[in-house]
Amino acid sequence: MIDTERLLSYAPYELAHEQKHAFLTQELTELSRHHGESCPEYAKMLLATGTDLDQVQSFETLPFLPVRLFKEYALKSVPEESLHKTMTSSGTTGQQVSRIYLDRETSTLQSKVLSKIVGEFLGKQRLPMIILDTSAIVKNRAMFSARGAGILGFSIFGRDKMYALDENMQLDAEGLKAFLQKHEGEKIFLFGFTFMIWQHFCAQLRKLDWKPDLSRGVLVHGGGWKKLIDQNISTERFKQELHDTCGLEHVHDYYGMVEQTGTIYMECEHGHLHTPVWSDVTIRRGKDFSVADIGETGLIQVSSLLPRSYPGHMLLTEDEGRILGEDDCPCGRKGKYFEILGRIKRAEIRGCSDTYEQKPSA
Amino acid sequence: MTNLEKYVNAFCESLEVAEAEVASLVYGESDAWDSVGHMSLVAALEDAFDVMVDMDDIIDLSSFEKGKEILRKYDVEI
Repeated sequence: MIDTERLLSYAPYELAHEQKHAFLTQELTELSRHHGESCPEYAKMLLATGTDLDQVQSFETLPFLPVRLFKEYALKSVPEESLHKTMTSSGTTGQQVSRIYLDRETSTLQSKVLSKIVGEFLGKQRLPMIILDTSAIVKNRAMFSARGAGILGFSIFGRDKMYALDENMQLDAEGLKAFLQKHEGEKIFLFGFTFMIWQHFCAQLRKLDWKPDLSRGVLVHGGGWKKLIDQNISTERFKQELHDTCGLEHVHDYYGMVEQTGTIYMECEHGHLHTPVWSDVTIRRGKDFSVADIGETGLIQVSSLLPRSYPGHMLLTEDEGRILGEDDCPCGRKGKYFEILGRIKRAEIRGCSDTYEQKPSA
Repeated sequence: MTNLEKYVNAFCESLEVAEAEVASLVYGESDAWDSVGHMSLVAALEDAFDVMVDMDDIIDLSSFEKGKEILRKYDVEI
């Protein structure tokens, strides 16, 4: 049983290197022990790598699983009867999806940690919320994907929510006007997936030649840059477009994945992605998986204290990035900060907004 | 309408379940009360009692009985 109270007693960016490293090493070692005792496949992994959990000096020496394994195996560390829900990753047609098994404890912990992290950027109050996506996404529960789950997960920060796009992906300009009038003078929370925002929200605003005033808005967006990189759209261009089409000034990207829901990496005012106390990013060299230096490009390996019901606490992603620094970002947040450089070649396309396919016209 | 009636009503309407079923409902254990239903339920309760629930309480709202306990914090006696 974990001490949830204690885990949640930390502020998201309060621990500097030494303390955080000790905290993660202790917690991740215990978590590995729990998974070793509860998940037979993970126990084999510990055995095969010759890991002695009584001798761990640094969490970075613990074994990590490639995210792909969750597509091929049903990995869980709790009995069937305590499963609460199963999350599936986004994935385009024809790709296999990850299956992540959650019990109530893990799922509650995810929501609580997410609210602490995002609360640092939005404040404690729930805000009027505009979802920059289609209302159809959560209506069809059978098709419920990571995109829908993301929207719902972030919905706890909102009150009086509206979807900016209707079921046919058309901008609901009238609805938006009425909503902004109703909440005049209030801070507004906007949430959406990067590519959907670009393709559907910004583009339709331009076409309508209507510039709503969202200067009091705070936008949190995530879900992958692949489609925008393919179109040669940079972060700067994306932000400029939001500024030009609706006056948005406060824009925060985030990096996260369904395999480690909750511990997301938020972009600060200086454009850096930050690791919170409950998770970390380690860059590994492709040739031997050794730990890369600050500034060196490599594969992103993520560690998180939240996965209890499945052995996903140490994962190797298929994304490339580099650490920009630790504890010394000008925004004042402690912990490592980093940037994503893209996805390794031949990896699958699987970001929430990257898997969105234009419907073929009938 | 009494508070209990309003409370039961919020469950029935947001989760689309019959009155007889509500008392035994647990979040995540029925098709009706999934994560989509959960946010509708929160909105329905907030409307019915004119309150704004904290994020932590939204997360902790896990059963019919738990909901009563949470609303008590907002001076709503069911």
